[in-house]
Amino acid sequence: MGIYDTQGRIFDIQRFSIHDGPGIRTIVFLKGCVLRCRWCCNPESQEYKIQELVRGGKKEIVGRDVTVREVMEEIEKDAPYYERSGGGVTLSGGEALCQPDFAAAIFKACHDYGINTAIETTGYAKKEVLDKVIPHVDYVLMDIKHVDSKKHEAFTGKPNELILENANYIASMAQDMTVRVPVIPTFNDTPEEIRAIAKFAARLPGVMKLHLLPYHRLGRDKYTGLGREYTLDSIEPMPQEKINTLYEAATESGLLVQIGG
Amino acid sequence: MENIKFVIEKSARIDKLISAMYEKLPEIEADRGVLVTESYKATEGLPLVKRRSAAFAHILRNIPIVIRENELIAGSTTVTPRGCQVFPEYSYEWLEAEFDTVAKREADPFYISEETKAKLREVYPYWKGKTVSDLAKANMAPEAYDVFMNHGIFTVGNYFYNGIGHVCVQYDKVINFGYEAIINEAKEELAKLSFGDGDYVTKRNFLDAVIESCEAVIEYAHRYSVLAIHMAEKEHDMGRKMELKRIADACAHVPEKGARTFFEACQSFWFIQMLFQTESSGHSISPGRFDQYMYPFYKKDKDDGVISIEEAQEFIDNIWVKLNDINKVRDAASAEGFAGYGLFQNLIVGGQDIYGMDATNDLSYMCLEAAMHVPLPQPSISIRVWNGSPKSLLIKAAALTRTGTGLPAYYNDEIIIPSIMARGLTLEDARDYCIIGCVEPQKAGKTDGWHDAAFFNMCRPLELVFSDGVDKGKQIGPKTGDVLEMKTFEEFYDAYKKQSAYMVELMVNADNAVDAAHAMRCPLPYQSCMVDDCIKRGKSLQEGGAIYNFTGPQGFGIANMTDALLAVRELVFEKKLVTMAELKAALENNYGKGLRGYDAERLTADIAQKIAESGSTVNEDVIKAIYGAVTTGEYLPDGARMRYDEILSLIAGVPKYGNDIREVDLFARDVAYTYTKEVEKYKNYRGGTYQAGLYPVSANVPLGAQTGATPDGRLAYTPIADGVGPVSGSDTRGPTATANSVAKLDHGIASNGTLLNQKFHPSALAGMAGLEKFVSLIRGYFDQKGMHVQFNVINRETLLDAQKHPENYKTLVVRVAGYSALFTTLSRSLQDDIINRTEQGF
Repeated sequence: MGIYDTQGRIFDIQRFSIHDGPGIRTIVFLKGCVLRCRWCCNPESQEYKIQELVRGGKKEIVGRDVTVREVMEEIEKDAPYYERSGGGVTLSGGEALCQPDFAAAIFKACHDYGINTAIETTGYAKKEVLDKVIPHVDYVLMDIKHVDSKKHEAFTGKPNELILENANYIASMAQDMTVRVPVIPTFNDTPEEIRAIAKFAARLPGVMKLHLLPYHRLGRDKYTGLGREYTLDSIEPMPQEKINTLYEAATESGLLVQIGG
Repeated sequence: MENIKFVIEKSARIDKLISAMYEKLPEIEADRGVLVTESYKATEGLPLVKRRSAAFAHILRNIPIVIRENELIAGSTTVTPRGCQVFPEYSYEWLEAEFDTVAKREADPFYISEETKAKLREVYPYWKGKTVSDLAKANMAPEAYDVFMNHGIFTVGNYFYNGIGHVCVQYDKVINFGYEAIINEAKEELAKLSFGDGDYVTKRNFLDAVIESCEAVIEYAHRYSVLAIHMAEKEHDMGRKMELKRIADACAHVPEKGARTFFEACQSFWFIQMLFQTESSGHSISPGRFDQYMYPFYKKDKDDGVISIEEAQEFIDNIWVKLNDINKVRDAASAEGFAGYGLFQNLIVGGQDIYGMDATNDLSYMCLEAAMHVPLPQPSISIRVWNGSPKSLLIKAAALTRTGTGLPAYYNDEIIIPSIMARGLTLEDARDYCIIGCVEPQKAGKTDGWHDAAFFNMCRPLELVFSDGVDKGKQIGPKTGDVLEMKTFEEFYDAYKKQSAYMVELMVNADNAVDAAHAMRCPLPYQSCMVDDCIKRGKSLQEGGAIYNFTGPQGFGIANMTDALLAVRELVFEKKLVTMAELKAALENNYGKGLRGYDAERLTADIAQKIAESGSTVNEDVIKAIYGAVTTGEYLPDGARMRYDEILSLIAGVPKYGNDIREVDLFARDVAYTYTKEVEKYKNYRGGTYQAGLYPVSANVPLGAQTGATPDGRLAYTPIADGVGPVSGSDTRGPTATANSVAKLDHGIASNGTLLNQKFHPSALAGMAGLEKFVSLIRGYFDQKGMHVQFNVINRETLLDAQKHPENYKTLVVRVAGYSALFTTLSRSLQDDIINRTEQGF
């Protein structure tokens, strides 16, 4: 079976995405994730199974099985914009590494078309999965959410040892990698915590950049739509001054820090 | 850091000028109306074109003049700021009828004093039967006049009631050499005439009229010089005294002679521009490539060290303010079609020169900067984009877009140049194009484009297919057969094409009738003397004096017709989920959502008659009750209304234009051809050809209000899709998908212009990276041969207003987390989050 016939499960393809990697990008959202981050703005991405989501009073089916050929048909449509902007394709999720054959096939197909590739990943995967996928990625955006494993587990459902270990491995393999930190009040929003993450990131081989992604609640309505509870309901988005303080803390690492993607 | 070129501090004077201008409601003044009538009465026996120049001269000698406080550049067509004059030689009845409502109407109100009303009432009787409008009506085939006046399928109202405008003249010639050069040119042509020439009379009359007009303009400028001297003598502020003296010196010299400085060039430009609006009432008189013809003056002063960038910028900013000082009162219906006091004075920067090299210079940037300093509707600033455009100019333009004024509009050289060459322009002329009015390309100084010749509502012919050519009880279109008997989609589509083609023919008849009326009643020697080859040919623009002559009527409703025809094909003919009879009934009953206007009255009468026939009493209360039920849809049985809702949801499921679906978009291209290819078959009164445009200005709203329900699910009386863009809210795949769909239309054939509006969230333009990506979006659209695009950036204020008045923002789409949603349907707290995110820019 050729790469174009490889099947996978996605729940959305979002074109003209300008906050997830260089240039104008198309993001393919793969369904299924190992983590259960409580702030996740795409809760419908977490389960691998196809689900029903109620949005604006209407039922929607979330998740569909597609071939790489079908995905490429959609990706190819924005080729003029990738070319003009230095953009390309980003696989996101869920966790794209949960469907390694599919992810690797999309990346290979993109390279057939001369399209730049990127991945947004939690880094939670086995080594052989990384070996299969990462060599086909031009740009890695990897989350480091916390350096404290207990706290990591409390908010994401998994400890962080494998993630931190993989961060080193991916960084050594990746052509270009940026570390991203979703900054969540009550979880990792103190200067000490951000400083620790930045310090860790700065030691990764070849990593020069860190993005702080301030918490937002825009995914909240989707939890209700899935019949789930949104456990961070009492948390407000952070004021700009606080974000600035965290920015200062992060820059101490020597990394180039940016607010937002 | 954002590295944007030519960020120049705004002079404090500019905001003072702006706020002084917007203090009061604009006012209608009587002076021109009175003077033109006096002159016409005194010149009854003269040749027409000389009556025109005599009237122009009489006005310029006697109309009151003012120099406004703080302004650096003099010249105003009215005493009051943003006021307007009237032009009874074109039409007047509508204004007389609206004397008591014009100040209170919603779209573009004007104050009019009792004194002005009285003066105008005195002169109006003279014009009875003598106007352009009267003659245009007489020139028209009765069938064309009926459809234009009573059925709203197309309208030629703009030039039926007003001057034509829509021209860009040889500003460079006057600024460089003065009107004395044009007078000399006319005199040379006069000297060449032989007494035996067959066209001796027409040429001599026209050339005499040119000379009289130019001399009048010179004299008019001298009046300002004298006024400035008087004002300077009384002025105590030394700075202002010097400014007034500078005006006095300049007006004594220009536009009679060539400008000696950048300041004089600005003053000269301004006289040229404002006086078009005294000779005639046509709008869209476009300054064109201002950055090109003004640059040599700027450069010389800059090199000589006699001007700083800041001073030059202040002059430019002042011109920008003054371009908003010119105004025009339109009839109530037209005011809705052109809402916003628009004069559509299009000024374009950048692009190629006649050799195909990039023409960008400092003034290109400074014009964009002026648009940031003066956030007013005029001028309509545009930018030409081509493969060699400097990135820094596009970044500057993107930064202007980000301010949320909707400016600039972006135009693609790579499609416009070949498309106008296909209409007969030389390569050099095509490369030198500018934009007129909204989106219409032309070569300045050689063209009478008659752009904006008509609005053609592409949805109405489809209604005629369902009614077999009948509208409001009258057979106005061809009989294309009973729609219920149509066996194939091809048969149905063919009927649409036939109805449309016939209506295009009537529109052409109406346009040519109006065109001829202008030549026969209102030739314009002043405007004509700055367009080649009027002087050499010895005839006005209106009589075919220009090198390039076109008529450009614009169609709109492609998106609705594409979606509608595809819905009919899929639901009625292919899947047979809806019968044609059901669809016809659904449309007639506006999908059960209630009727208005003529439809409601007709149905009320029908129902009342049936009740009466059944023997029941029909009194006023009964009729009121019926009418009430008709307007809400309650007159229908529940079953019918439920079925109509089902039909609406079936229609919603049919793929829609604007989502980058190849088959759908290629069909849209074919639908556009039903209009564009039909239009280009015709010739106009001036010996030129027709060329179609695809854009509605804002007429999609008022003309939508006269359009019944359409099979794309659009309810009756609601707006028709804007420009060549998709139906609002039906494009769900983001801006690149929309742009790709639109790019698949054949823009090259629509050489009178196409228009794409996109809405944007400001976060998309945040920071240098945002601006760069935004520019790439435009580049990507233009790589695919899109012709025009402009952007509305939704700002925080808009969103706050949408929370307060959700009824006005039903179609406002915002990007939420990984999906787009109608803003007004989101929960209040989510709306608040989005508003905050808008402010923070991520």
